[in-house]
Amino acid sequence: MVESALVGWSRLQFALTAGYHWIFVPLTLGLAVIMAVMESVYVKTGDEFWKKTAKFWMKLFAINFAVGIATGIILEFQFGTNWSNYSWFVGDIFGAPLAIEGIFAFFMEATFFAVMFFGWEKVSKRTHLVTTWLTGIGAAISALWILIANSWMQHPVGMEFNPDTVRHEMVDFWALVLNPVAISKFFHSVFSGWMTGAIFAIGISCWYLLKKRETRFALASIRVSAIVGIIGTFAVMLSGDSSGIHVAKYQPMKLAAAEGLMDGGERAPFSIVPGVEVPGMLSILATHDINGYVPGINNLLDGYTTPEGVVVPSAEERIERGKSAIEAFSDYRTLRESDPAAAAEARKVLDENIDYFGYGYIDSPEELVPSVGLVYWAFRVMVGLGCALLLLMVVVLWAEFKKKLTKMTWLQWVALFSIPFVYFAGQAGWIVAEAGRQPWVIEGLLPTKAAVSSVSVGAVQTTFFLFVAIFTLFLVIELRILIKAIKKGPEIENQ
Amino acid sequence: MKRKIIAIYNFYVDGFKNMTWGRQLWWLILLKAVLLFLVLRLFFFKPILAGKSDEQKIEYVSTELLTR
Repeated sequence: MVESALVGWSRLQFALTAGYHWIFVPLTLGLAVIMAVMESVYVKTGDEFWKKTAKFWMKLFAINFAVGIATGIILEFQFGTNWSNYSWFVGDIFGAPLAIEGIFAFFMEATFFAVMFFGWEKVSKRTHLVTTWLTGIGAAISALWILIANSWMQHPVGMEFNPDTVRHEMVDFWALVLNPVAISKFFHSVFSGWMTGAIFAIGISCWYLLKKRETRFALASIRVSAIVGIIGTFAVMLSGDSSGIHVAKYQPMKLAAAEGLMDGGERAPFSIVPGVEVPGMLSILATHDINGYVPGINNLLDGYTTPEGVVVPSAEERIERGKSAIEAFSDYRTLRESDPAAAAEARKVLDENIDYFGYGYIDSPEELVPSVGLVYWAFRVMVGLGCALLLLMVVVLWAEFKKKLTKMTWLQWVALFSIPFVYFAGQAGWIVAEAGRQPWVIEGLLPTKAAVSSVSVGAVQTTFFLFVAIFTLFLVIELRILIKAIKKGPEIENQ
Repeated sequence: MKRKIIAIYNFYVDGFKNMTWGRQLWWLILLKAVLLFLVLRLFFFKPILAGKSDEQKIEYVSTELLTR
């Protein structure tokens, strides 16, 4: 048995690192598009103003990138030290996408970045523009591989468990890459980055308006950013809708927790806040049918039969099958050399119950329920802020087109102070995705408490506080460099 | 081919030489790399399975999974 404190601190340490990494990634994804659009306007019109505008946002992009670079590597350190059982158990399924991402990121940074920053006077305008777009596309593709690995943990596909190597082995690479969860998660994450970039650029531009400087630059940046942000938000909604269908299908407990839905059924209501519900809305979101059946937490624990007649086993039954799988795994390992026939029988039992392997570690059905309060409210923070920020972008864009924005000081302040909220929305989204899938590291196959390494709680606590100190230091450095660059403004821009 | 390689090399050298504000970002990246790879990785994040043969790793993880 592992201490629950060890599981708790290991999770907290990982969450801190992943959350910190996600401060930088969305801004990289969003600013990349905004500066590429601006440079496209420059190449099309030949107007030097757009070149300076693009170069200014490129500078902020570079600062954010430099501070954010390699923060993801700490996660890989943690896999080896704090999650060694998991790292071995997932085998090449997890390693392959991460390796592709590592190689891809290196070549992208070494080539596209160099041309983008060093090549203004050395390559043609069009070549430079292509490189700028490729930098953005490359960053998105880099994110794709990470999200493929993450999605496999949410909905494992394309692999087989080998009890001889105690690893999952990839049998279908394309099933892994084309995992529907990965596709919706990729678009949802990348477009949320567009929102982050847009709100960031609008907020900074409004600061220039408040200071009554760089007005042409600020208004032009607001126009481009708001359009990118509004398109991004609608794409986030569409991919979120598809994500909802996938969660309902593959992780129904996460959906039930996000809704605080104890007893499900047909025409399931969507909870806006506790006590305020929209009848049938959850069924529409989860199944695209107002009469669709959505199981609640109790249904998932007690077992249920869908309207189509599919019987979903109770938690007790799944736990029993999980224990059979682990027992068969143990028998197979013990008997495979001394008694091949008995080992083959054990292997058969293991294969029949492998989908429930992780349930064998669960002590009681209640353990299968994630923290409902946390997931419920994180979902509402994400959606609520997303809607509020969309409204803000629409109002800002409308005010700009009506030539009223420069006089609306209150709106400029709102836009400036909205910057942290787009980050809160993104972090809340990851809380829904990751806290919502507890107790699993790999859905149904490996719970967190079996994945964690046998290390001392003290060692995890030490590195946790070390990270807090290092991350705070780097965040302060980034903010100082960013603020200095913003105060300097676009007109003083040089290489 | 050789001329192309030299041109690419010069492109990078000129780029780094003529950097202004980019210089402090490179220092920042260097500082971070030292912190990550020379401090954290060496002293705080030793992989549990490092130094074991594949057979030993299999034995270690299967024992872990069977005793949880």
